[in-house]
Amino acid sequence: MNKPQSYPFAMRVMHWLMAALVLSLLFAGLTMVKSLGPWQQQLLAWHKAMGLIALLAIVVRLIIRLRSDTPTLPASVPNMQQLAAKLTQLGFYLLLFVMPLSGYLMQNAAGRPLSLFGLPLPSLLHTDLALYGLFREIHGWAALLLVLLIVVHSCAALYHGLIKRDGVFRSMVRK
Amino acid sequence: MRYVLFTAAAGAVVAAAVYAVTVSGRAPVSAQDFVNLQQGDTIQMGFRRAHANGFCISGEFQASGELAAYSSAKALQPGSYPFIGRMSIAGNNPTAPDLRAPVRSLALTILPDTADQWRTAMNTPPVMAVATPEKFYQQLLAIQSNTVPQFFADHPETAHFLEWRSHYQPSQSYATERYHSINAFYLVDRQGKRQAVRWAALPLTDDAGVIADEEAPDALQQEFFNRLQQGPVRFDVQFTLATANDDPADATIPWPETNPQLSAGTIVIEQASVQQEGACNALNFDPLVLPAGFAPSADPILRARAAAYAESHRRRAREVLMQQFAGGANE
Ligand code: HEM
Ligand code: HEM
Repeated sequence: MNKPQSYPFAMRVMHWLMAALVLSLLFAGLTMVKSLGPWQQQLLAWHKAMGLIALLAIVVRLIIRLRSDTPTLPASVPNMQQLAAKLTQLGFYLLLFVMPLSGYLMQNAAGRPLSLFGLPLPSLLHTDLALYGLFREIHGWAALLLVLLIVVHSCAALYHGLIKRDGVFRSMVRK
Repeated sequence: MRYVLFTAAAGAVVAAAVYAVTVSGRAPVSAQDFVNLQQGDTIQMGFRRAHANGFCISGEFQASGELAAYSSAKALQPGSYPFIGRMSIAGNNPTAPDLRAPVRSLALTILPDTADQWRTAMNTPPVMAVATPEKFYQQLLAIQSNTVPQFFADHPETAHFLEWRSHYQPSQSYATERYHSINAFYLVDRQGKRQAVRWAALPLTDDAGVIADEEAPDALQQEFFNRLQQGPVRFDVQFTLATANDDPADATIPWPETNPQLSAGTIVIEQASVQQEGACNALNFDPLVLPAGFAPSADPILRARAAAYAESHRRRAREVLMQQFAGGANE
């Protein structure tokens, strides 16, 4: 079977839009939990709305991914690296679900109302301190894992793009 | 050449991430700094880092509707709405003697579990000693290093607070204190028109109460629980409207008594329970959890409170979670 050289257009667009969205969510999150500044509340409101949009986006992205033909890594990439690449991808999909879901659930467990553009969202949990603790810790630690994964993933992508020049980097950039 | 380029690029990614994280951590005073300072050297696992000694209450808010013209909030339309609340004393020690605390508090979540919920945490002083989180942090440092008189001398804005303190007489009961929002908020009507306000819960009883043991850590709690056996405890929720002369962003200055005052309704406290068993324990009485019809003022203390309460909430929730894990493992 002939595999395509590049990711389909829809996937490339989703990849870069989500990269920008998730990076800003991470930096917004890490800054706002420390700051006492007057903009902190605005950032938090924005973080929740954009975080929920990220949840919708990852669902759409997974659907597109499952329905499209994606390129395989070139044979020149060693087996261990092939495996590492698969695990990184799996890790991204997992964490991109865990982040917004834990955010949503921790707001439920804290008894705080949630809405998206004025539309009230249902609470899936009862108010409970230990449950809040669980989802708040997941949100905090999964975020750090995600940062780590992004660093590893970007280094690998740049390595392919700048050093090996084997078309792997290109497959997410161009047709 | 390629290797140099690659190393530089990878280095830049890592450096950018580290830089972003550490720079945000070097902000003047962070929520974590505040909570570290407030919790002190002995961590009271699972308890609030401030106002640790307290208990849960619940009952009904009977809204008069007098403020309905100023706000679209459901809690201000005529009607009867459930609330979950908490009474507490300031301080990080859950077993500190009730009667020694300089500040007493009443916190409320009216219409819990709904999008209309209104959270408020009120204290006995009507004003803050200082107007910004940074100065409040300095005040806490001064308390720890026993240099409060110097701190007050260096900060003339503390004058109104000191004036209040000079004639404040703590009562023998939580039921007979006055609790103030201190910070100002806006009421917002259906047309979007805003009116700056402060509010206070004023006691509706003149029964002074009897304290059995003055040194008991829960002297006030006992008194309150006994009092509830005789029937509900009531407070009038009184709103004061700002005039053009008042600055809603500065909580150190009292508003004139000639300002318009309206009664939003009556808090009827029907039940009380120790905090670990009550619904209030899971709640963070973040003053910025406001329904439509309310908006925060520009007071910087309000933002600092929201951030510090969230950090305290995170810590105690984590501890309770760990305790449950440990408890589960032991069974
Ligand atoms: C991909 C999506 C998301 C990412 C990458 C993300 C990232 C983060 C990060 C990095 C933090 C700081 C954590 C810490 O320092 O411990 C944070 C905090 C927070 N996030 Fe998210 N988040 C996402 C989605 C959401 C959603 C959907 C919600 C809620 C609807 C949410 C609500 C919050 C809240 C309330 C905080 C502050 C918690 C506190 O004050 O203690 N997040 N987020
Ligand atoms: C920058 C200033 C302030 C800081 C940093 C601060 C910090 C805190 C913290 C960390 C908690 C524990 C929250 C929790 O774990 O749920 C707390 C509770 C509380 N604070 Fe403050 N606070 C500040 C100003 C005020 C003011 C101005 C008021 C009164 C108007 C107030 C009233 C209360 C009350 C009543 C509670 C107890 C709420 C409850 O029963 O759960 N605080 N504060």
